[in-house]
Amino acid sequence: MSPEKLDAILDRYDRNPAQLIPILQDVQAEENYLPRETLEAISEKLDVPLVRIYAVATFYKAFSLKPRGKHIIQVCMGTACHVRGGARILDKMMRDLNVGPGETTKDMAFTLETVNCLGACALGPIVVVDGEYHGQMNPPKWDKIYKTLKKAEG
Amino acid sequence: MAKVHLTIDGKTVEAEEGAMLLQVARDAGVEIPTLCHNDEVKPYGACRMCMVEVGDGPRKKLVTSCTYPVKDGLSVTTQSERIQRNRKMIAELLLARCYKVPEVREMAEAYGIDVDKPRFQVREDTCILCGLCVRVCDEVVGVHAIGFAGRGPDRVPTPPFKEPSQLCIACGACVYVCPVDAIKMVQTPESRTIKRWQRTLPMKVCKVCGEPFMPEYQIEYFKKRAKNIPDDFFEVCPNCR
Repeated sequence: MSPEKLDAILDRYDRNPAQLIPILQDVQAEENYLPRETLEAISEKLDVPLVRIYAVATFYKAFSLKPRGKHIIQVCMGTACHVRGGARILDKMMRDLNVGPGETTKDMAFTLETVNCLGACALGPIVVVDGEYHGQMNPPKWDKIYKTLKKAEG
Repeated sequence: MAKVHLTIDGKTVEAEEGAMLLQVARDAGVEIPTLCHNDEVKPYGACRMCMVEVGDGPRKKLVTSCTYPVKDGLSVTTQSERIQRNRKMIAELLLARCYKVPEVREMAEAYGIDVDKPRFQVREDTCILCGLCVRVCDEVVGVHAIGFAGRGPDRVPTPPFKEPSQLCIACGACVYVCPVDAIKMVQTPESRTIKRWQRTLPMKVCKVCGEPFMPEYQIEYFKKRAKNIPDDFFEVCPNCR
């Protein structure tokens, strides 16, 4: 992340170290992950020990220290989604994308993640694609979404 | 600060308002076991061994005495079947986590646990996650070289990015404070290594006796922190000074 961009984010929070989590969220919203250099820059600019930022970044599952793909696909593995076939959909996605949960495709287009509950069990099995919820997922439905995404990628 | 009166195991004790219960009890001569407590750092409440009961009758609740501020009229019980049962549970869980650590095994045995027949699936961790190393590095030494990473079963104390520490001054405070000896230090005439943080630093040799006494980087840090030290102060070791 460029220093100007980071400064803009930090200024948004008055360079207040107590606002570390929203700052990291904004960085991740821009970069899709938390680049190490950016964390080091935040540490220096806010005078917060690097290890504390690292602790926060590794504590929350919402933060990633590894580069993630352009499209983030989250499959719910909660109990309700699981019994409604979430695991089967995950299997299919793993075959389609050729990556495991938590991994990113080589072309950096897709990241596949599992989550433990999205709080919308009635709509299970749920899949979230780039923040958009798709309920009552099944393999044909996923095929359609996947095709659209791939087409958009070219 | 106002004085308050409370009873600990039926004995009336006077204390400063807001003082932590563990300290008050210890000052009154009541023994409470702890793992994560150290007078030099802030109370943390990680190990849960210092649990006691406060209140009366059915309202009695378990609290960690190290983080519980005393107030007037408080009634405290430090020995009961319930407390003992809870401490035993913690000992069993620690044993499952750190099956090979002698300090943990000893403690488990003291609570009547058969260490050869652990109740839970065992792991061979060396660290009990009391956080003393991290807190000493933060609050006492002030270099913030280490912290916790991850959470749940993956939580570990580590330098940032789990790489060899760049900030550690190899002072050894974490080694000294660790209750289960999980941080090893290797000292040779030339250098000192803190193994867990993968940090090796050259040692300063005393001008008078020729013995190594402190990592050079630590001296630099001391000089930076205490501005009025004469330049040649650290040329000679404390014994020869």
